[in-house]
Amino acid sequence: MGNILAIFGKEMRSYFGSPVAYVMAGVFLLFTGFVFRNQVLEFHDMSVFLQFAEYEQKSRLNVNEVVVESFFEFQTFVWMIVIPMLTMRLYAEEKRGGTYELLMTSPITSGQILMGKFLACYVLYVLIEVFALGYLGILSMYARIDWGPVFSGALGVLLQGGAFISVGILASSLTENQIIAAVLSFFMLILLWIIDWAARFADDVLFVVLKFLSLVEHTRDMIEGVVDTHDIVFFMSATVFFLFVTHHVLESRRWRA
Amino acid sequence: MIEVDHLTKQYGSFTAVDDISFEVGKGEIVGFLGPNGAGKTTTMRVLTCFLPASEGTARIAGFDIFDEPLEVKKRIGYLPESPPLYRDMHVQTYLDFVASIKGVPKTGRTDRIVEVMGQCGLSDRAGQLIGQLSKGYRQRVGLAQAIVHKPDVIIMDEPTSGLDPNQIIEMRGLIRELAKERTVILSTHILPEVEMTCDRVIIINNGKIEAVDTPENLTANVRGTARFAVRVSGDVSKAVSGLATLPDIADVSSEIRDGETVVLVDCPTDRDWGPILSAKVVELGMGLLEMRREDLSLEEIFHALTTREEGV
Repeated sequence: MGNILAIFGKEMRSYFGSPVAYVMAGVFLLFTGFVFRNQVLEFHDMSVFLQFAEYEQKSRLNVNEVVVESFFEFQTFVWMIVIPMLTMRLYAEEKRGGTYELLMTSPITSGQILMGKFLACYVLYVLIEVFALGYLGILSMYARIDWGPVFSGALGVLLQGGAFISVGILASSLTENQIIAAVLSFFMLILLWIIDWAARFADDVLFVVLKFLSLVEHTRDMIEGVVDTHDIVFFMSATVFFLFVTHHVLESRRWRA
Repeated sequence: MIEVDHLTKQYGSFTAVDDISFEVGKGEIVGFLGPNGAGKTTTMRVLTCFLPASEGTARIAGFDIFDEPLEVKKRIGYLPESPPLYRDMHVQTYLDFVASIKGVPKTGRTDRIVEVMGQCGLSDRAGQLIGQLSKGYRQRVGLAQAIVHKPDVIIMDEPTSGLDPNQIIEMRGLIRELAKERTVILSTHILPEVEMTCDRVIIINNGKIEAVDTPENLTANVRGTARFAVRVSGDVSKAVSGLATLPDIADVSSEIRDGETVVLVDCPTDRDWGPILSAKVVELGMGLLEMRREDLSLEEIFHALTTREEGV
């Protein structure tokens, strides 16, 4: 545990001691803020337009649907770009800088190193997400939000983040070039996003499998307020799976003859 | 302290280290000497559990590098050829991080770091960013991280490479200082360094050990004879034949150096041949311009040992 904390602390210092954390948080909050603002204005326009309409029509207008859902959905897309930039350095930089040799010759297991790195990136992710959720806090001062879907959406985003980060870490462990690590994880995430597009042309079994593999498909349920255990299990097992593969990648180079 | 047992390391079909065995006792400073690509770094990486060996094994402080890598890692300090530094960290923060992953207990850790910084001459750089340090100071930080957890064994890969002459002298001083209480293995391709710092030399070439001995013994063994370079005025061939008539002389030859002909006399090391040779030159009626004893340097031994293989 002490070793995990030592790695965690080192990664945190590295994120916040350099512009990385601030730039990435800034980029993320700017993009999501831009979309959020537009959706709020959109909702405002719709409200003005419908103010003299029948009650029936008015009651269908829903701030959750117009603002909250699109806010969460757009986030997924921004995270796909931001997370590779947060994870790319985790292993690639250590390998390039020779510090990987320090870690591997210290009395600390590669599992502990991996956990420390994962947790550091995840905590940074959660911190940025908390700032973004602040937008909804501001909105709640002016509109009546249904908090249920907000919580389930936030839960979905938190679970999805773990899976995204573990994909990014796997990419970083495969190379010592940070650019390649970022590009690789970006493409892996895109692939996991669009994989269900192929489902339309697949037969029954493949259809289910491809639908199931799509990361975004699972978040969508939660953004709409449906918390299903199979979505939670999916994200957790995806996170564990990619971390497991990363661990094997790291260990395998020590046992190659 | 260190027992290496028939260690072999292959990269694909290339054999970097080929069946080497040696032992290093407690408190010894041993130098790995060899040309670039001889297998020095690979051997060190295997000993530090960074790379797996293909065959054979090694024990450090009684722990096998395969079966108990964590125990081995606790007992070694390793300074790779380029020190493993985080450029965006401050010196003291960096050492604190290293100390924590090397298992230095939290109580007394700061005291230990201050002590190590003092030993390595870093006290006035504690708050500086590593990326802003000069090469010499970075090397000191590298050394500090290798000793912060008081390891029994310190392994250093080319500890003086890239340093200026003054820094090299300082670094060697630090190494000798450290070795008083610990076992040290260092690698180098600079020969005088081994002569100055090491108790024992392991000459390694093409992944094989060519010789293991003290620097003094190595010189004596290969030499067998002492060589004098004599410069005379007059007929050189007369000097060669004249000197060859002296009893017990092993060999007399001549060589042109910088446009001057020099007579080279190889003679046994049993007595001081200087006065005998000068008397003989005078007896031959020639002027003695210069006479110098040429010690066979480690450089020549090294050359002799490492090129012998290729001739076969």
